[in-house]
Amino acid sequence: MSNKKNTVFLILQDNEDARPIIEAVEQDNPDANIQYQPGMVRMEAAGRLLVNRVTVEENLGREWDVQELHLNLISLAGNIDEDEDKFEISWH
Amino acid sequence: MSIEISAKSITPVRLAYGNLERRFGDKKPASRYQEAVYDIQPTTNFQYRPLWDKNHDIYDVSKTAIVMEDWYSFADPRQYYYGSYTIARAKQQEVAEHNFAFVDKRDLFDAVPEAVKQAVRNILIPLRHVEWAANMNNCQITDECYGSNFSSVGMFNAMDRLGMAQYVTRIGLLLDGNEEATLDAAKQAWMEAPQWQGLRHAIEDMFVLDDWFELMVAQNFVLDGLIFPLLYDRFEKKLTQEGGSTIAMLTEFMDDWYKETVRWTNALAKVTAKESAENQALLSGWVAKWTDRLSVALEPIAIEAFGDDGANELVEVKAELLDRLAKQGVTV
Repeated sequence: MSNKKNTVFLILQDNEDARPIIEAVEQDNPDANIQYQPGMVRMEAAGRLLVNRVTVEENLGREWDVQELHLNLISLAGNIDEDEDKFEISWH
Repeated sequence: MSIEISAKSITPVRLAYGNLERRFGDKKPASRYQEAVYDIQPTTNFQYRPLWDKNHDIYDVSKTAIVMEDWYSFADPRQYYYGSYTIARAKQQEVAEHNFAFVDKRDLFDAVPEAVKQAVRNILIPLRHVEWAANMNNCQITDECYGSNFSSVGMFNAMDRLGMAQYVTRIGLLLDGNEEATLDAAKQAWMEAPQWQGLRHAIEDMFVLDDWFELMVAQNFVLDGLIFPLLYDRFEKKLTQEGGSTIAMLTEFMDDWYKETVRWTNALAKVTAKESAENQALLSGWVAKWTDRLSVALEPIAIEAFGDDGANELVEVKAELLDRLAKQGVTV
């Protein structure tokens, strides 16, 4: 996280529903820094953070709509590119 | 007055039960699926052997020739435990109920050509007996298997099959305005018509298989892998072209169910075949034995369903099944 300006982050509630998403972020973004804070989980990365629908579905065991992410979303920083298959945060 | 809110982090002493910590480590909280399914079945101190089976303990790994180092190495990719299973099925049931009510309310069957209705009577309705048999077989698997991951997946499957038998029955009742003529005729066909006897014979032989894993292969891998693509998918598409899209509406559950079920049978085939060459040889032997037997048994039904294309359709479905299993490491 040397270049602070470049950092994107995603913060989700720390609960049963968000866990498969957090694990998916961990799997798909090996460089992401994941901090467990009281009641929430903060995922930071330099430049780009990706939530992949397929990975979440594998962890979750059922079909998953990317928009379900918003149910447990607390905050995020970055420009968002969202479609049916992914939720990507980066700075344009 | 100012209020200072400071966040205080309380970390739990442990994140999972001991049995789950030993399996998955103590870094992550256990999922509901893991808590509900792993290590629930007793493994020691069985005291007396059951009167009906003196050679085995009540839970016994030697009830199948398949050998696994750890029977819990199979995990259901759908992660079904009681909660997630009933929620998923309740949603599907709502859709199915709505479809049945819609067909009934709008009298949609009146618009279906008589030839299509007759094809449904001949081919689809006798399948309620096949579904009931599948329920029996999966109850047997639940009874004999080792490990609560297997018994839960077996019981969920058994209940699904009972549900599907009921859907088929309801289609039969709808066809006749709640008279049971179609159901009686289908029972008669199942018991006496020559085209069904090969399948009935094979299924009755499955009832008395000793090895529960062979039953798993015969029923859930092979028989379902042939019948569902052949009749609920290909045959229904043919009916739809001939004006019977109403039927497809009522069997939507079967189609969805099969796509979902393939996920766990694939996972199971993969895990078991990977374990050892002996397991792989056993699986391959059973798959070969039952695909040969059941494809012969299904041929007259395929011919009745598709006419001259019947044999061809069956060969294609069989090739798809063997191809899919080969990808999981079970080559025939």
